[in-house]
Amino acid sequence: MMKFERYEWLAITIMISLFIFVGFIQGWSVSLVILNMCIISAIMTMGVNISWGYAGVINFGVMGFLAMGGLAAVLVSYPPIAESWQAGGRGLGISFALLVVMVIAVIYINKKVIQKRNRYILNSLIIFFGILIIRQFYLNATHNIEDVNPAIAGFLGGLGLPIIFSWIVGGLFAAGVAFVIGKVALGLRSDYLAIVTLGISEIVVSVLKHEEWLSRGVKNVIGLKRPVPYEIDLQNAEWFINLVSYLNSSKLNNIIDVSDRQQVLNNLIIDGSGIFVKLSYAILFLIVMLIIFYFANKAQLSPWGRMMRAIRDNETAANAMGKDVVKQHLIIFVIGAAIVGVAGAMLVTLDGLFTPSGYRPLRFTFIIWIMVIVGGSGNNLGAIFGGFVIWFSWIEAAPLTTFIINQLTIGLEPTNALKLHLLDSVPYFRYLFMGLILLLILRYRPKGIIPEKVRHS
Amino acid sequence: MIDVLNSIIVLLNFIIIPGISYGSQLALGALGVTFVYAILRFANFAHGEIMSFGAMITILFTWFFQSQNIGLGILPTALLALPIGIIATIILCIISDKFVFQYYRYQKSVPVVLAMVSIGVMFVINAIIRIIIGTETIKFSDGQKFIMKAKQFKVMTGLNEGLALKSSQVITILITILLLAFTFWFLQKTKTGKSMRAFSDNEDLALLSGINPDRVVFTTWIIVGVLACVAGTLYGLDKSYKPIIYLNLVLPIFASAIVGGIGSPFGAVVGGYVIAFSEIMVTYAYKKFFVYLLPSSIEPTGLVQLLSTDYKFAVSFSILVIVLLIRPSGIFKGRVL
Repeated sequence: MMKFERYEWLAITIMISLFIFVGFIQGWSVSLVILNMCIISAIMTMGVNISWGYAGVINFGVMGFLAMGGLAAVLVSYPPIAESWQAGGRGLGISFALLVVMVIAVIYINKKVIQKRNRYILNSLIIFFGILIIRQFYLNATHNIEDVNPAIAGFLGGLGLPIIFSWIVGGLFAAGVAFVIGKVALGLRSDYLAIVTLGISEIVVSVLKHEEWLSRGVKNVIGLKRPVPYEIDLQNAEWFINLVSYLNSSKLNNIIDVSDRQQVLNNLIIDGSGIFVKLSYAILFLIVMLIIFYFANKAQLSPWGRMMRAIRDNETAANAMGKDVVKQHLIIFVIGAAIVGVAGAMLVTLDGLFTPSGYRPLRFTFIIWIMVIVGGSGNNLGAIFGGFVIWFSWIEAAPLTTFIINQLTIGLEPTNALKLHLLDSVPYFRYLFMGLILLLILRYRPKGIIPEKVRHS
Repeated sequence: MIDVLNSIIVLLNFIIIPGISYGSQLALGALGVTFVYAILRFANFAHGEIMSFGAMITILFTWFFQSQNIGLGILPTALLALPIGIIATIILCIISDKFVFQYYRYQKSVPVVLAMVSIGVMFVINAIIRIIIGTETIKFSDGQKFIMKAKQFKVMTGLNEGLALKSSQVITILITILLLAFTFWFLQKTKTGKSMRAFSDNEDLALLSGINPDRVVFTTWIIVGVLACVAGTLYGLDKSYKPIIYLNLVLPIFASAIVGGIGSPFGAVVGGYVIAFSEIMVTYAYKKFFVYLLPSSIEPTGLVQLLSTDYKFAVSFSILVIVLLIRPSGIFKGRVL
């Protein structure tokens, strides 16, 4: 079992006390909202950390893998739309079958035709005409699907299963995409790889944005089912009312008037139901986080983890020792992406809606990378800590900035143009904080706040 | 014959002229990225924000000049403010080098670390821009908007199709030619330019021959500042200024630089045009073009569009991936100025 050093316990204590602090200052509801996002961010960070920290494989495609996880949440949980399947299911089926045939043909040619020039010519011919034919079926089918009741449907829907399954499916989706990307791009130098993964993640998101038959595109998917109870059901549930009145019994007993007491109880129930829902999410997410944390640590300490570090620290030497660097790079890239995909499905589960246009690289790729760098690459606890701290400061930056600006401009009158302008741009100061945090960490603590432990064994 | 002319005009109006002006903006941006890559040896993610910063300063001074009623007549006032923007951008570049990049250069950090650092710089500049000017879309082109309107052209030539020529497009093309000519002259003919080329080719050898690395880096940032500010301003002048757009522009710019062969200035310029033209050509609906050329019996019924315009952005990246797969060093072998 792993042991924590003293500074690691300190980090854990800081994380917990931050939420208790916010709970007392801004209310428990706010605290839990931040906590939920912190846990999801921590999972994303662990995903990136596994590929970057263990093996030095850069993955700037976080946004794309998150979006794939989100798509999984939609496809698993949304009820199927029979009319759409009737309208375009067959056409889609035919076009996918043709696509498979085309891919097989290309693979066959790559195997059989040896001369390079002929191979290129044949391949491009097959792809060109293949796409021309497939387009006919495909465009027709998608057009039909998008015409089915466009105001509320207009896409294929999903399987109608509980959304919690999508967390696994999301991981698989992301892993599938990562496998293709890895096959294509992993041979590149690290900074090229960064740019290529960034670009491919943009392509993934733009496909999700514009293929309406699949993901409803920019029209968004709303009202996804929850894995936890709804507030309104809780408020009418006998056991929940009893629980709330039991927890607050001393407070309620002090109120003598019956109608007053009922009023207070009702308010408590409404507040309590919100907190209960968020708490259930937090527990679910925490379980996932701890499972991933446990296995990530196990893997890091295993011979496989040692091999990964060997590959990271000296690729040539590892290769000379008979380790298949290319294959291991692919494996770890896929694993990292899969974890990010799980986080993506969880994110959509928490929000209950899927908005492809909300996936922006600044928010979903670069911030995650700041979390990795700040937390400490190569250390899973560091990754979690980075996820918590950065998300926490991302959210709390706005109130803090307002406070600072108000203090600094205290001498100015409330209508002063500079003061108003600064107060208007409060939301943008968080980018400044993020940039400064990243630069300071890279300069003065380049291994992160909780650095990787050097193991001599 | 008239039909052929008409179809050529369609191509000119919708593909060639927009392609050249967009390509010029990308080329200038990619040239900046390539300079940083060849001399400082890292992928500068902050380049888009540097462009945006230059454009922002230019806009601020454009507003100032407009309020003072100083203008250039038919030319946009932004041209008057451009030199001030360039100076500010150069100062920004040099400050960021002094306070941030220089440390890692002396430490001889690996390129990935420098790329991470540039992401930090990107965040900071991004925040500064948003704090100063907000996130609204800003149109700041004034003066005469069109050199030739579609209608005028139709009257002039008697053709069915019009050819519109925006003044921002012409300005973009002219400034690009001037700037490119100057850059290449500088690299090939001046002593500083030659020392930069030597430095990018073989750093150790260059240091042995007495080239001052700090001076080379300083000059590089000046050139990068000029290129970035001009590219950013021209893009803003042509489309409209929106701070968020420049982050998205980083990717096509990187694509241009890599497709052309990163580190090769000529490659960067070619790459810029390759990316711009492929983006426009793949997503353009050719129906009108074929209507003029083909007899009416086999006229196309659809839009004759390879990909919907939604995927404009994806095109540049697909090309990047294909080029990296087939010829990883780019069209022109890169790495050396």
